[in-house]
Amino acid sequence: MSVAEAITRVHREEWARVVAALARRFGDLDTAEDAAAEAFATAVERWPRDGVPPNPGAWLTTTATRKAIDRLRRESSRDAKQREARMLADDGPAEPPGVIDDDRLRLVFTCCHPALAPDARIALTLRMVGGLTVPEIARAFLVQEATMGQRITRAKAKIRAAHIPYRVPTADDLPARLDGVLTVLFLVFNEGYLATGAGTDPVRADLTGEAIRLTRLVRELVDDDRVGRGEVTGLLALMLLTEARRPARVSATGELVTLDEQDRGAWDRDLIDEGHRLVRERLAAVAAGGPSPGRYQLLAAINAVHTDARDVRDTDWAQVVALYDRLVRLDPSPVVALNRAVAVAELDGPEVALALVDRLPLDGYHAFHATRAELLRRLGRGREAREAYDRAIDLAGNTGEVAYLTRRRGQLGGAGAG
Amino acid sequence: MPKYLLSVYGPTERNQFGDYPDKESMLQAFADTGAFNDKLVAEGYFVFADGLEQATTATVVDGQGDEPVYTDGPYLEAKEHLGGFWVIEAPDLDVALRLAAEGSKACRGKVEVRPFHTEQSIKAMLDA
Repeated sequence: MSVAEAITRVHREEWARVVAALARRFGDLDTAEDAAAEAFATAVERWPRDGVPPNPGAWLTTTATRKAIDRLRRESSRDAKQREARMLADDGPAEPPGVIDDDRLRLVFTCCHPALAPDARIALTLRMVGGLTVPEIARAFLVQEATMGQRITRAKAKIRAAHIPYRVPTADDLPARLDGVLTVLFLVFNEGYLATGAGTDPVRADLTGEAIRLTRLVRELVDDDRVGRGEVTGLLALMLLTEARRPARVSATGELVTLDEQDRGAWDRDLIDEGHRLVRERLAAVAAGGPSPGRYQLLAAINAVHTDARDVRDTDWAQVVALYDRLVRLDPSPVVALNRAVAVAELDGPEVALALVDRLPLDGYHAFHATRAELLRRLGRGREAREAYDRAIDLAGNTGEVAYLTRRRGQLGGAGAG
Repeated sequence: MPKYLLSVYGPTERNQFGDYPDKESMLQAFADTGAFNDKLVAEGYFVFADGLEQATTATVVDGQGDEPVYTDGPYLEAKEHLGGFWVIEAPDLDVALRLAAEGSKACRGKVEVRPFHTEQSIKAMLDA
């Protein structure tokens, strides 16, 4: 491994740990982030000459701590004295037993705090925990660098001014707060798997990869079934089983390929095996009397059924619908009902499914119109199908999806008009 | 310890029962808010709390010129105005949010939680 590769790898593996350790020591995210960035810059400068130190993580934390202290001394002697005093006092409250105590997890919970705007939570998590740069995050979400920089700065300022605590929530709050963290990670993943924007690749492997990496990290840290490990595992399995299909998701011409048309031989078997292993682990835990599965575990199970079928015709649709029935009970939202209807179409036919879909208040949602279009096409109602494709194309933000829908609309031809 | 302003907003002009639909619900909300205040005092969070007369009773004063200028009505033109508030001391935002949720339930209104300056934040401003 070259020194450059070593630095990239250490950055991925150690960034969150360095930032988290400094944030805890200095009680300030800005100081932590700047010092961590400086330490990595020093590594880039020194390691090619001096070699990679035997314990790169410890080297970086020590270097970053020194940088932070230097910086605080420079800032103002009066202020620094005060901060130094603060540095030495561990003023955090003692953690009640049974709650996970890890600096990186504190960092995740702070970045995903419910008092921050959802956009800011995502950006802050990618910056502070994921180590992505501001320009990288700005590109990922198609906003100006300055706008993204401001979003992150404002969030950090709120954390400081409003005294958002740097700690893992108490056992009572943990499941709800963990759910907020998983929402952020799932949003990052989804933005990668169905990227928005005219000039963007349909699938963004950098974002799906980052979401998986961070979910793995959270799963490593949350090791107690009582505080939501099941759902973290479910989310990781869901991501892996979805990511596994990425190689078959976009055609050579940049069109999204739907599940039924994908070349299943191109799926990543290793990811599928790992995802299935995690789903089985959850099934066993639930069977052994563990907490009943939440939405991510159910979604993972649905994806396990899909990825179990070597051919789309082998799909156990009854099982998929049964899992969606359970999901609807947990989350009676129209989007879940729409996805359930897609499975119902395979089990009970397009007419039954269309009746379910037509009741849903989802007129502004591209997938609603795309689903209707597909069902209407199968029912031979070409004119209505065309209208539905038009609406779906108008609303879709993903280049690959627009290409797919446009081709499908074109295939309607004159056949089955009316 | 950090201090927070917990404010509750309501319509510019109120009906005869404060902002409540009838006398009974007004009395119930007063009782619940009173109990919440007692709890704040007992647990050491309480700094100050009170309700305001309706916003139409406000007067804006501009004393920056030679003579002060008086204007009838609230400073902001809005449909809703500050109707009452708490000032609490809490170790961090999580505690403040939890208390705000209880206060919101007691007074039957949304509560805005806003931190006060601290010695540290003022110092940072002076050093900038």
